Amino acid sequence: MASVKESLWDPVAGFGVTFRTMFRKVFTEEYPFDKKPTAPRFHGRHQLNRWPDGLEKCIGCELCAWACPADAIYVEGADNTEGGRMSPGERYGRVYQINYLRCILCGLCIEACPTRALTMTNEYELADRSRESLIYEKKDLLAPLLPGMQEPPHEMQLGASEKDYYLGLTGAAAAPAEGGGNK
Amino acid sequence: MTIANNTVNPSAEVERTDLVTVTIDDLEVKVPKNTLAIRAAEQAGIQIPRFCDHPLLEPVGACRQCLVEVPDAGNGRGMPKPQASCTLAVADGMVIRTQVTSPVADKAQHGNMEFLLINHPLDCPVCDKGGECPLQNQAMSNGYGETRFHEIKRTFPKPINISAEVLLDRERCVLCARCTRFSEQIAGDPFIALIERGALQQVGIYEKEPFESYFSGNAIQICPVGALTSAAYRFRSRPFDLVSVPTVAEHDSSGAAIRADYRRGKVMRRLSGDDPEVNEEWISDRDRFAFNYATTGDRLTHPLIREDGELRPASWPEALNFAAEKLTAARGSAAVLTGGRLTLEDAYAYSKFARVALGSNDIDFRSRPHSPEEADFLAAAVAGTGLGTTFGDLERAGSILLAGFEPEEEAPTVFLRLRKGVRKNGTKVFTVASLASRGVEKLSGVVVPAAPGTEAAVLADLRSAGETGAAAKESLGADSIIIVGERLASVPGAYSAALRLALDTGAQLAWIPRRAGDRGALEAGCLPGLLPGGRLVTDPQARVDLQAAWGVDSLPGTVGKDTGEILAAAGSLQALVVAGVEIDDLPDPAAALAALEAAPFVVSFEVRNSQVTEHADVIFPVVPPAEKDGTFMNWEGRERSFPVVLQVPAAMPDVRALAALTQEMGLSLGFSTAAAAKKEYDELGRWDGDRAQEPTYQAGPALGAFDSTRLSTWRMLIDDSRSNDGEPHLVATARKPVAKISLTTSRRVGVTDGDELVVSTDAGSIRLPVVVTAMPDNVVWLPTNSADSHVRRSLHADHGSIVTIAGGNA
Repeated sequence: MASVKESLWDPVAGFGVTFRTMFRKVFTEEYPFDKKPTAPRFHGRHQLNRWPDGLEKCIGCELCAWACPADAIYVEGADNTEGGRMSPGERYGRVYQINYLRCILCGLCIEACPTRALTMTNEYELADRSRESLIYEKKDLLAPLLPGMQEPPHEMQLGASEKDYYLGLTGAAAAPAEGGGNK
Repeated sequence: MTIANNTVNPSAEVERTDLVTVTIDDLEVKVPKNTLAIRAAEQAGIQIPRFCDHPLLEPVGACRQCLVEVPDAGNGRGMPKPQASCTLAVADGMVIRTQVTSPVADKAQHGNMEFLLINHPLDCPVCDKGGECPLQNQAMSNGYGETRFHEIKRTFPKPINISAEVLLDRERCVLCARCTRFSEQIAGDPFIALIERGALQQVGIYEKEPFESYFSGNAIQICPVGALTSAAYRFRSRPFDLVSVPTVAEHDSSGAAIRADYRRGKVMRRLSGDDPEVNEEWISDRDRFAFNYATTGDRLTHPLIREDGELRPASWPEALNFAAEKLTAARGSAAVLTGGRLTLEDAYAYSKFARVALGSNDIDFRSRPHSPEEADFLAAAVAGTGLGTTFGDLERAGSILLAGFEPEEEAPTVFLRLRKGVRKNGTKVFTVASLASRGVEKLSGVVVPAAPGTEAAVLADLRSAGETGAAAKESLGADSIIIVGERLASVPGAYSAALRLALDTGAQLAWIPRRAGDRGALEAGCLPGLLPGGRLVTDPQARVDLQAAWGVDSLPGTVGKDTGEILAAAGSLQALVVAGVEIDDLPDPAAALAALEAAPFVVSFEVRNSQVTEHADVIFPVVPPAEKDGTFMNWEGRERSFPVVLQVPAAMPDVRALAALTQEMGLSLGFSTAAAAKKEYDELGRWDGDRAQEPTYQAGPALGAFDSTRLSTWRMLIDDSRSNDGEPHLVATARKPVAKISLTTSRRVGVTDGDELVVSTDAGSIRLPVVVTAMPDNVVWLPTNSADSHVRRSLHADHGSIVTIAGGNA
């Protein structure tokens, strides 16, 4: 036979949590009507960056594809020709694909990139209805042209020489791209 | 590279009396005297880092990366400083300590690596060598992780073309001299050298002489850094996403071992394989770079049937049915032409198809100038003889006589082996030819002058050809080899004379054809008088043997028609089956085209659109070698099997298409895959019964018996052949076509070096700059199939034809 406490008090006490929670702030997120910002270093969709004159930073070296544990990246390099310069230096990435059905957003590709061409944005809405639309091409991944940038192909426009080009940019963002590579 | 057997093998050790014992990292190894320390260490399983050292090149000690400590030089005294193990010959009792056990050697290597990296750019991500770079790898294994060099690196403009195919990036060069040593020692094209001194030392080319080499791709492959890269493979791929398949080159009869690297269903590059018996580690640029011919956009993808004069696509069953109906009706009056591209298995399938399904011996693989004498010679001396003269024999021969054969142009792998023999063993090379080509000069070859058409007379009596002929005759003996090429087919009596010369002198005789499939086609019986394995059509016993093996009641017993006769009789034949024949290779392309038009029914098995498919009634698309497996039999008689490189679903190799066609005709070929065809061919074996008699054709007139101008011609390695299509960088390295005449002839015509010369026949003319050189008078030499010089198409002429020459301004 249950005691008085068990039969009367315990059911009420059980609701205590419910009553208490009723007066707290709700956790429910109103996604997709109300989008919450991610953590600043959240691993979202990739982006192929540009130099301030609009040339692509990607040199088509395929190190990202090499690093990728999910084999989600496909790159083909090509030669920068006279009058057809897409990036500084000899080589640029002619084909650049990331398959977001495979990508696990681990960020190893970002670590592998020797020119900081590949970084990750905070964009996390990576769902769609077809396989094709989830294989992002270079045109989908390239960073938008900011003011002062010019759509390649064009010649290098920062400084008179190749050295000036890179040294003119030794701000925080471009530091690992040159010079200290053998450290 | 000779290394003694280090395993427990008492008998071998007793045989080798010149073994010395050295101690490397406390391990005792026995190696032959004068072995280099770096090789001895390899025997002990110790890898010493190196850049300049290459087992097939002479030691140079240029890079200093292989430093080791030698505490005892074999005389009880140590060497005061670390030594380069790639130039250090071992002595008995020597003690060597490598980086494994010696901190001194390890520090020396680390220091040297740091030194090499001072001026080496850090552009590994854009460098084509990245990922398979000995410098990258050894910097990781034997280098410091940190650099102490913060000054400005030496820079050069990059990259520069040292030929159309080879790019040089001087910043990356570590001055190991592998490329320059290869060019000088192996290829013999020393137009590339180390120039300048000190920090500015660099690889350079002579500005006056272009770096023209048929072997430049090897320098790219052995470059231990990314200093030499190829224009064709520039930025195409990375080693990690390439799949490598060992295979065999299809451009000449040497069967060189190569490695095909593919990515996403497309071959990206080809590298030399390592086969000491055949091509060692070298291949020609054509074997390396010419592989795009099947992907240039004119590939046949589905069967085609001609209806009311127009070709229309058809399904395989429909096309097979259509062809089978006509061929069944044409049984006994049909002929087969198989070109030089076929594998042994494919050729065997065509051979059996002709006999079993078409009931005919009218089959010939020779889509080039040919003669009945050549067929007799092949039946008597080559077919069914198995592995005869080998590459090793070429290297060790005392003297070699070439007749109608240009090694560098027709079989570059043979050329390299000959050159090795000339350099290492003092082999003497004589050539019966109208002039000394650059290849022969690089072999230090002696020309026995023979105007075109007189080679037979010269071979019959070498002494008649002056001093050099007498010297050639003198040198021929049991350790000699006579090499005959396919060009002798244009010279009546030449094969007979060469055979007799071989018998008289005791020399070996080797036939080296130009194309990869020729020897295999011969062994498979793609000749009007030959059945597989060297069996003679006219030999009843051989026929009975084959009937039993094939399970047929009878085989045609009369010798069939050869290529020329088939084409001449095309109008009266009911059907013609053509596989991989290039019309412009035939002696008279116009007549061949007329024959194709005259033939009532033409079945074509082709990879790409060609002049044959334009006239075919049914076209079956077959696959190139990269998409099938099979065997090329090289000129030695060695079987060079290769696997499928690119797996293509529903690929139809010739053998499978023929099997389907035979089945459609209500008969059976007995196999439908290359493997099954090979098994049947092997079980058949070589014929051990009677062989054909040696041909005894009479030689033509001797030198000086004519006064009209004769044409001397041979094909260049890199020419307008369709197999070079899709590779502009390679084609750009072709030698500039010129006409060559003697001084006397030039005076007669009134031209000097550099003037234009017009060579003409009734069919047309060729206009080329002229080079005056030492050669018989009244002879003009032209490349057979180079740019602006298509001898067969323009002149309908051949080696030995009579032509007219005139100055270009006349």
